[in-house]
Amino acid sequence: MSILEYNGAAIIAMAGKNCVGIAADTRLGVQAQTVACDFKKVFKMGDKLFVGLAGLASDVQTLDQLLTFRKNLYELKEEREMKPKVFSAMLSSILYEKRFGPYFAEPVVAGLDDDGKPFLSAMDLIGAPVYTDDFVVSGTCTGNLYGMCETLYKPDLEPDDLFETLAQALLASVDRDALSGWGGVVHIITKEGVTSRELKGRQD
Amino acid sequence: MSEFTASETPESIAPPPAGFSFENVKRNAAISASGTTGAYTQAKAMKTGTTIVGTIFKGGVVLGADTRATGDTTVCDKNCEKIHYMAPNIYCCGAGTAADTEKTTELIASQLELLRMSTKTQSRIVTACTLLKRMLFRYQGHVSAALVLGGCDINGPHVYQIYPHGSTGKLPYTTMGSGSLAAMSVFESEWKEDMTEDEAKGLVERAITAGIFNDLGSGSNCDTCVIRMDGSIQMNRGALKENPVEPLRDAIKRSDRFNFPRGTTAVLSTEFVAHKTKGLSLDDVDVVTMDTN
Repeated sequence: MSILEYNGAAIIAMAGKNCVGIAADTRLGVQAQTVACDFKKVFKMGDKLFVGLAGLASDVQTLDQLLTFRKNLYELKEEREMKPKVFSAMLSSILYEKRFGPYFAEPVVAGLDDDGKPFLSAMDLIGAPVYTDDFVVSGTCTGNLYGMCETLYKPDLEPDDLFETLAQALLASVDRDALSGWGGVVHIITKEGVTSRELKGRQD
Repeated sequence: MSEFTASETPESIAPPPAGFSFENVKRNAAISASGTTGAYTQAKAMKTGTTIVGTIFKGGVVLGADTRATGDTTVCDKNCEKIHYMAPNIYCCGAGTAADTEKTTELIASQLELLRMSTKTQSRIVTACTLLKRMLFRYQGHVSAALVLGGCDINGPHVYQIYPHGSTGKLPYTTMGSGSLAAMSVFESEWKEDMTEDEAKGLVERAITAGIFNDLGSGSNCDTCVIRMDGSIQMNRGALKENPVEPLRDAIKRSDRFNFPRGTTAVLSTEFVAHKTKGLSLDDVDVVTMDTN
């Protein structure tokens, strides 16, 4: 077993029409033992910028703190907001710096850029970035997540339809993975604001 | 920066020093050793099980690459860029661990730019090759980047191959990555001296296609990049698209089961947070006209 699968996670980010969504499960486990059902894996980094971190729980929280710190420092120095593209590049550098002793976390970045266009990226644990315009996934059931997304994804979904698609893709994927599930969260980011919903999921 | 910004960054919040950090190495070794059911396996990094090629022709060089990135056996990226920018007259194809090829070329590209600024001369391919091989040799093959470097300078068109351990070769044509054998079989049977640009482009496309179809680690599209002696560059993203996704997606006859009506998913709570507006606008204050009497 890989240490990346020690705590369990499932994260998806998907683009819609002038909106993006990011969804994650909420389980924290120690291998097969479930410890908590309200573990946070998706973090708000800005008004229109979220990052999801799948992997070893301690590194998920360490990276959240480090990213918040580095983003705040950038915004104080530069006196402007950090764009998703810049944030993604910074995250990639932070991970690659630790190439030979990495953080055990695979991040997913979702945001809206200046003209309201969706931005999506994902990385492996040493910061190799993947940029797409449809969807990215991360966690202990990426096979399931890819399968669900390839089937359910349609371009240009409205925010409410994007939510249903994300939620159904997530719930169906985690029900075939023992390490993730126990409820989920979906954040839909639009020009106006962020709608966050808690999902009812199976508790087994 | 405004008058409120410190002119010097205090040491406590200064950015970390350059170079790799080995902070987590001991911790990670301890984690690896502490597995209750045997040691934890090494976490898998993303690879570009790749086909990359390069060849010279009469008036320049042509580089080619497939666009698949894999993590174990999963295709992580169906259309990634493997032809990286090094200098205005030099590009570099990368195979191996995705992060290593990406970051190594990025790092050397910025070293070359600094060098150009101080010497005020065009970068040479040998310079790029030397910087890359020194970097790779320093890390004894642990930075696993296998590269095909190509470009044009005052000495003419050049193609170099660079192995992860830092050994290099200067060749008229070369292939690297897991699809290198398939691609080389095309080069060995068809390559000739002093080809025209179109002949060279066609040959590179056929070599990459051989990799895409005969090597499982390579796939999707063929990217090419032509660097000519006159200094012009032609980057062809998707020069050949023999495996398009769109027709597959369009061909899916979507069952209505996959179109979820709003309200399908059981929701426990919903919260909407509007974006905070930046600063004050005229809507936030009572505008009083100035008394000009």
